[in-house]
Amino acid sequence: MSWNTFSTVAETVNALDDKKVSAVELASHYLDRAEALQPVLNAYVTLDREKTLAEAKVADQKRATGEAAPLLGVPIAHKDIYLIDGWRTTCGSKMLENFVAPYTSTVVKNMSAAGMVTLGKLNMDEFAMGSSNETSYFGTVKNPWDLTRVPGGSSGGSAASVAAGLTPASTGTDTGGSIRQPAMFCNLTGLKPTYGVCSRFGIIAFASSLDQAGPFAQTAEDCALLLNAMAGFDANDATSLDRPKENYSRDLAKPLTGLRIGLPKEFFGEGVAPGIAKAVDDALAVYRKLGAATVQVSLPNVKYSVPAYYVVAPAEASSNLSRFDGVRFGHRAEKYDDLLDMYKRSRAEGFGPEVKRRILIGTYVLSHGYYDAYYLQAGKLRRLIAEDFKRAYEVCDVVMGPTAPESAFQFGSKSDDPVKMYLNDIFTICANLTGQPAMSHPCGVDENGQHVGMQIIGNYLDEARMLNVAHQFQLATDWHKRHPSI
Amino acid sequence: MSLSPQDIERIAHLARIRVTPADVLDVQAKLDGIFKLIDEMQAVNTQGIEPMSHGLDMVLRLRDDVVTEIDHREKYQKNAPEAAEGYFLVPKVIE
Repeated sequence: MSWNTFSTVAETVNALDDKKVSAVELASHYLDRAEALQPVLNAYVTLDREKTLAEAKVADQKRATGEAAPLLGVPIAHKDIYLIDGWRTTCGSKMLENFVAPYTSTVVKNMSAAGMVTLGKLNMDEFAMGSSNETSYFGTVKNPWDLTRVPGGSSGGSAASVAAGLTPASTGTDTGGSIRQPAMFCNLTGLKPTYGVCSRFGIIAFASSLDQAGPFAQTAEDCALLLNAMAGFDANDATSLDRPKENYSRDLAKPLTGLRIGLPKEFFGEGVAPGIAKAVDDALAVYRKLGAATVQVSLPNVKYSVPAYYVVAPAEASSNLSRFDGVRFGHRAEKYDDLLDMYKRSRAEGFGPEVKRRILIGTYVLSHGYYDAYYLQAGKLRRLIAEDFKRAYEVCDVVMGPTAPESAFQFGSKSDDPVKMYLNDIFTICANLTGQPAMSHPCGVDENGQHVGMQIIGNYLDEARMLNVAHQFQLATDWHKRHPSI
Repeated sequence: MSLSPQDIERIAHLARIRVTPADVLDVQAKLDGIFKLIDEMQAVNTQGIEPMSHGLDMVLRLRDDVVTEIDHREKYQKNAPEAAEGYFLVPKVIE
């Protein structure tokens, strides 16, 4: 099987098996592209040719001696939120500009065990707080489809790198839509698994009850292969689900006859841009042609997702980020009066404005006398939203709608107004609050030629079915096969 | 709800983040906007609803009380702004 820059993970495995390409050739090719396009896209924070090529050599040696691993020699780039022993890990922040990870996250370990070769660390919104990659200390990432537009966030580098052919696949994390929204903006397939499916160990924590790791790739088939490698029980993560390994590729070939697609009226309201509504409607027509039936459902409490999220996420972030105090790791101010002043100055200098805002919100809602009105109320709303979905699944198998109400926007158009930025995540946040799996796949373009994503939200642990659904759509369409001319 | 400049200073102190008087007004304006969004959820009657923190309502595991870690001190302290003889150094706290 021949191989090119935009080969999928599945095609790359075949090319390696057929000896059409070696792991070292693959790594060198993508490193060259990554270095050449770094000044244009700024997708990476750290590249380390020596480390990557050493890993690739080992993969080739293993192939030569007949040692097997499912993705042996396939390159992958990781969001710079994943710790990898010996690699600088910044989380997009000045706070961790010089932090070298002393151990490796479980997800990266799992992917290395599956034979994948680490290409580098990808740019992201600072501490994963953002929807446009504009909060990164290391500069914005450009959308490879249109350099004046954002790639989405927070996993902006993860999306831009795969879309531009700097890597066949990447990892991201999704706390409120940080995989699905950039996947839409860059015309990719991205999956946030059920909370607890991928270990959070060694991923720098943002909001612990919402954070979940997942893959970016060109196809649903690739996402299944990647999730097979990423997922699994981990005793080091107290919320990891203790359950047997699953083969997420097992149902890909199933026809969609009889599939019931729930369409929540709340996802098709006036907030959705007309070009996006049209692309989603056209895609639903394809699904009907493939044998699926659509049924209207209602999620009346889903409108409280954004307010509830902006209590839960900042509250947990303020707690998680209290560890950055300039003592054990991270930035320490140069000048200070005493210990308290050192904390305050180190944190004021090390964190950017959005991170500080969220810490302040979180500190406030958790402060004495406010807990019941905010964090507790938000927790109750999570239950109500989850119950809405439970009712919906009595009449449908998956829920669908647009991934975001608006396509990739211009740099600077929302960065001065946090609330405007937050509302871009209006359709993705609910799945984090409930812990359900959700994904986005390419389904068209809007009137500006910007990409539209179809979000599939599934019932708990229903990833294999969702991947089947998206894969069948991709067999019938070619939106996911389009690449930017870069 | 709207926050006063004194509220911002108090929260910033609790969060151990230095804010200058110039920061306070901008932070106050942005936080006010965000709290307006957050306060939409106060309209919902949630009496009797059990709060949820995990979709599958799992109960946290307990591990056996045994030593699982080896000594990483030297490696971990490489990231410290200031360390000596195995200690993290901070400005003098006790006179």
